[in-house]
Formats: sequence, C-alpha cells, structure tokens
Amino acid sequence: MSSITVTPSRRGFSFAEYITCLNGIVWREALRFLHQRERFISALVRPLVWLFIFAAGFRQVLGISIIPPYETYILYEVYIAPGLMAMIQLFNGMQSSLSMVYDREMGNMRTLLVSPLPRGYLLFCKLLAGTAVSLLQVYAFLVIAWLWDITPPPIGYLTVLPALVLSGLMLGALGMLISSGIKQLENFAGVMNFVIFPMFFASSALYPLWRVQEGSPMLYYVCQLNPFTHAVELIRFALYGQINWISLGVVAGCTAVFMIGAILAYDPSRGLARRGPAGGET
Amino acid sequence: MTAAEKPIADKPSSDISARQDPAGAAALSIEGVSHSYGARRALIDVSFDVAPASFTALLGLNGAGKSTLFSLITRLFGIQTGRIGIFGHDISRAPGEALRLLGVVFQPRTLDLDLSVTQNLLYHAALHGISRREARLRSGEVLARIALSDRAGSKVRDLSGGQMRRLEIARALLHRPRLLLLDEATVGLDVKARSDILNHVRQLVSEQGIGVLWATHLFDEITASDDLVVLHQGKVLARGQVSRVIADTGAQDINTAFMRLTGAVGKGVSEAS
Repeated sequence: MSSITVTPSRRGFSFAEYITCLNGIVWREALRFLHQRERFISALVRPLVWLFIFAAGFRQVLGISIIPPYETYILYEVYIAPGLMAMIQLFNGMQSSLSMVYDREMGNMRTLLVSPLPRGYLLFCKLLAGTAVSLLQVYAFLVIAWLWDITPPPIGYLTVLPALVLSGLMLGALGMLISSGIKQLENFAGVMNFVIFPMFFASSALYPLWRVQEGSPMLYYVCQLNPFTHAVELIRFALYGQINWISLGVVAGCTAVFMIGAILAYDPSRGLARRGPAGGET
Repeated sequence: MTAAEKPIADKPSSDISARQDPAGAAALSIEGVSHSYGARRALIDVSFDVAPASFTALLGLNGAGKSTLFSLITRLFGIQTGRIGIFGHDISRAPGEALRLLGVVFQPRTLDLDLSVTQNLLYHAALHGISRREARLRSGEVLARIALSDRAGSKVRDLSGGQMRRLEIARALLHRPRLLLLDEATVGLDVKARSDILNHVRQLVSEQGIGVLWATHLFDEITASDDLVVLHQGKVLARGQVSRVIADTGAQDINTAFMRLTGAVGKGVSEAS
C-alpha cells in the first residue's frame, strides 16, 4: 500500500470556470424546458385558466378597495395577476425539485454531482437555472395578460425582474429542501396536497388579506406567516415600481434559510442507496 | 482474520503499488474503507491501489460491493471509515482536486436522453469549467475517436446501447482525467460492442497512460497481465497480478481461481458459474 503522496494538481477554480459551469447548467435546464413543449404549455395554461375563467367569474363577487400599491380601483383580474405570476414560480419550483428526484432515481444526477466544483455551488446553479426557466414562463404570461388589458406601467416589467428572481430562488430552494426529504418519486404527489395548495390558498394571491381578516382572523395570521404571501406582495409592489420592504426582508430571509437548508440536507445517496439492492447495484 | 479470509498475493512480484507516477502517488489509493447500510455491511476494511497507466479489474459477483465502492470513490456517498486518495488527493478533504483527475462511467446510464450527443458532451464540459470553445474542439476529437462524429447531432435516445456506452466513455475522458472508473460498463451489450469497448479502454491505458479500474463480474474481460482485485461480500479476497493470483490459488485459470477464493468463504460458487 502506498503512502499518500500528492501529485500536483491545480487547486481551486477560477471565476471563469464557475461562470462556465453556471452557464452550462442554465443552458441545459433551458434546453430541457424547450424540448418539453407540453410542460411549457401547461405552465401557461394553469394561470390563464385562473385569469380567464376564475377571475371573470369572481369579478362581481369580490370587490377590491384601493390598497397599495394600487392608486385607484382595479379589476379583480388586475389584482390576481401578481398572485398568478407567483403561482407560476411556485409550480415551477416544485417541478424543478420533482425533476431532481427523477434525475436522482434515473442516475442523471450523478453527472452533476461528480463535477469537481463545490457541491453547494452546483446546487445553487440548479436553483438559478430553475429560476431562469420560471422567468421565461412569467414573462410569457405577462405578454398574454397585457392582451387581456392587464397593463402595469412599462417600467414595471423591468422593476419586477429582481423580485421575480428572488421569489423564484425562494420557491426553488423550498422545492429542493422538500425533495431532499423525499426518498422516491411516488411520494412527490403528497407535495401537491400538503405544500402547493395550502401555500397558494392561504396567501394574498387570490384575495387581499384585509378581506381574509374579516372572515377569519386565525387564517389571516396563517397567511401573514406564509412566505408565499410575501413573495406575492413583493412581486405586486415591484410590478408597480415600488418596494414592499417587509416582504423583501421575509423573502430574502426565507431564501437564505431554505437554500442553506437544502444544500445541507441534500443527500445524493438517498435515491442511490435505495436503488442499490433493487437495481443490482451494491 | 482467518487464513482463508486473508488476502492472498498481498506482495506480488509485480506489486501494484510499486508502479506509481513520477510524483510517487498511486492513481487510486483505498485504505481501510468500510461502509454499512444500517446493519448491513457492504464493504469491510477494503484496501488496494490502482497504479497509473495500469488496467486493474475489480472482480466480484453482483452484490459484492463494487458499486458502493464506486459511489465512495466518486463522493456520491460519504466515507464512513478509511480514506480514499486519487493521485494523493484525499477525496474527503480535497474533493475538487481529486475529482478533477477522475473520469467515471457508472453502471446505470447517466446520459440525458433528450439532449443530443454533442449537447451531452458540452454539458459535461461545462460542469468541469471547460469553456464552450474548448469543449467544442474536444467534443469533435472524442467523437471522432469513438466513430460517432456522424451522430453528433442525434438525440441520445436514438443511439444503440453500445453507442451510448462509447459516448459515456468519451464523455468521461472529455476533461482529460488520469484515472478512469468503469462500473460494469459492458453489461447488456452484444459481444462485438463489449469487445470494442474493452479494446478501446485498454488502448487508453497503453497510449495515454490512464489508470483504469474496471469493475466486472465477467471472467473473459480479464487477461493474465492485468492487475486484479477480487471483492466478495464486501471483502478483498485477493489482489495482485492475475497470473499471480491464479498461481497462488493453485488454479489453472481465473474462473477456477475465483471459485476457490469465494468458496473459501462459503458462498457464491453457483452464482459465479
């Protein structure tokens, strides 16, 4: 047995190598998304169904008073547009984590994890890539919404971008954190019931919180504690060129916590260990 | 440890560890590695070296612990006990430096079926920080070497099993590693595809000086001049040059030698045949 003698090998990685890696992961994620046309269409159809059907039906039932950031009375469709943008990102975050579980089960994840770059950085790149894909979907939705007469100020299309990046990262990190605890693909259906629906409905996406407070003070506090509410409000204000500082703080804090948790909790061996005996790999 | 369990050919005439690279490090050094899945012990005090520019066969039945060992070497699993070095870089302490020198072909397919051949290569290159321009150059070279240049734009799912394996090997070499791990790389392939891949890997050893660890359960993939590690039920039963292992067991061929070795711990003979 030889003693450990080190062969010189370049230590660390240059900035250019980090950027190349990030570009590669985002590029691959975008390619996969574009190849899956059904995913793109369904990602768009979901919020549009809410916008065209649900909002049209509820327009007369739910009156919206003048609340910041709006300076006048608005149609219900205008109110729920930011919530639907956040919904796109919520579903995309969960879809990304679903694909991570799938990749882990199918073995593709190994390609990523044997990269020599730091594992935490690789997972961060995956998150950024998922966020980039969600941005494509959100802006496609905004184009259609514009045709439906939902017209925020032109500058809003630009000022909403950082808010979308931050909320996309938060929801992606949450998805990754959840996927780190899922042992197999079949268990992912529970995420729909226990995460996506409660987060979406117990938020300000569909109705203003003062309305919720009138109906149920308890639910109001639940909504206030829901990070998704703050993602919606961050997007809503940013779309009108304003900053909701509380929402910004909550979303930034949750992003950091979820991301650190996901990176620490992500155990690549979870799926592989299960596959071992079953798949003949030991 | 009983006499039967003690690894034979511990100090063979052509000791694996005696052949090291100029800096003195083994391509792969595994020292006292053990691994358990709960109460089940998959690897028990495994130690061996792979010399640079050598072909080392890791021979074991299904369930011997080969894939677990590969997962530890590639850092997919955390090391519970022992240490693993790649050209002297400890995989736990300096994973970046170690993985930079390592190419891997896993037992299950790890290609992205929805991407093209070239896109798979470019993605792998990006994961190693290789610029797009350089990656395109290298992709062209490796595809020419494995005779897949005409399929560069094809989706991977349209390739045959043998072509996919060749592509995985080409991909593993794209970042120019000095150690290549292949886990049951020929499983499920026809005779010609198996032979082509094996010959290609042996060429890499002789022409490019790459150290290879070839995990297999097929005796006909091993030649007398190869280095051999016999892994059975998580333990190394023998290591050294194949001819030496055969001689030490008093057998005529590797098949019989393996039967005698694994029979010595009581199980596996019927499985091996």
